[in-house]
Amino acid sequence: MERQSSDFKRGVQAGISIAIGYFPIALTFGLLAKTTGLSIIETVMMSMIVFAGASQYISLTLLTLGTGTFEIILTTFIVNIRHFLMSASLNEKVEEDRPLFKALYAFGITDETFSVAATKEGTVSTGYIFGVCSVSYASWVVNSGIGHLVGASLPETLQESMTVALYAMFVGLLVPSMKKSTKAIYLAGVAAVFNTIFTFAELLSTGWAIVLATILSALIIEAVESFKTRKAKGGKPLED
Amino acid sequence: MKTEIIWMIIGMGAVTYIPRMLPFVLFRGKELPIFLQGVLKNVPFATLGALIFPGILLIQEDIWYGILGAGAAFLTAYLGANVIVVVLSSIAVLTLYSYFV
Repeated sequence: MERQSSDFKRGVQAGISIAIGYFPIALTFGLLAKTTGLSIIETVMMSMIVFAGASQYISLTLLTLGTGTFEIILTTFIVNIRHFLMSASLNEKVEEDRPLFKALYAFGITDETFSVAATKEGTVSTGYIFGVCSVSYASWVVNSGIGHLVGASLPETLQESMTVALYAMFVGLLVPSMKKSTKAIYLAGVAAVFNTIFTFAELLSTGWAIVLATILSALIIEAVESFKTRKAKGGKPLED
Repeated sequence: MKTEIIWMIIGMGAVTYIPRMLPFVLFRGKELPIFLQGVLKNVPFATLGALIFPGILLIQEDIWYGILGAGAAFLTAYLGANVIVVVLSSIAVLTLYSYFV
């Protein structure tokens, strides 16, 4: 119990950069939701129940266009299906626990909370994930409400520069692993190249482009590695 | 509150939650074939690569904005800075940049 509570604290600390990164995005979401005609209760409710930035933004655009409810839900599903992959990956790294707890914290899996938990050294405890997710969730929900209430965003210069926050966080999470392992460099690099190609070729929506780039990179690098290992017969596998 | 909006929100919540939750209850972890386990272990680093690029370069129409932001983030992270410091320094660099441009 005591371990879980100190893990929870560590998780909250690790989640603070997410909370900072969510601040401008949630604020803007609240503002846009207001201009789209959602009430403050509907806005906060959406952030509380959906908790997925990109799809919430898209739903506002679709509402403005007069798209039907079913299509909006379907689009949301397609945009968020990538979390299946992230949960499957994180599930290999978390400590054994009751399925009920896992099903509970699964609600908090976003690109950002996943990235923080998955790049943590060693096993990820239940308390830690709850910590990361709670502070991120709180920031997302509260700031959506504030955005709607205040009805204004940050000064434009600051608003613009804060759009880099989540990307910078991803970089901050990735680089330490890249310094330690060549494999991480290849994995990130190959996925970045695939995603850039998919994005500029405009063949896939953003959600699918990320999923496909990730799967291709993870598969190719793993195949190359196991091929090399087999060839070396008993040789050390590529450092990971 | 409009009932239709409420149903839309509930539907969006359900289709978002189910993919997040299924792997945690379907698999206990470590029972998949070794190769597949390896692939899943690779996912975080690959995802990060795809989440960063090309998105970070496209945050503003002015591509230098993204390049500077990315540069600041990679440099501070490479120097061993804590994630929050990385985030705050790229925000600071870009605030300075838009102040002067």
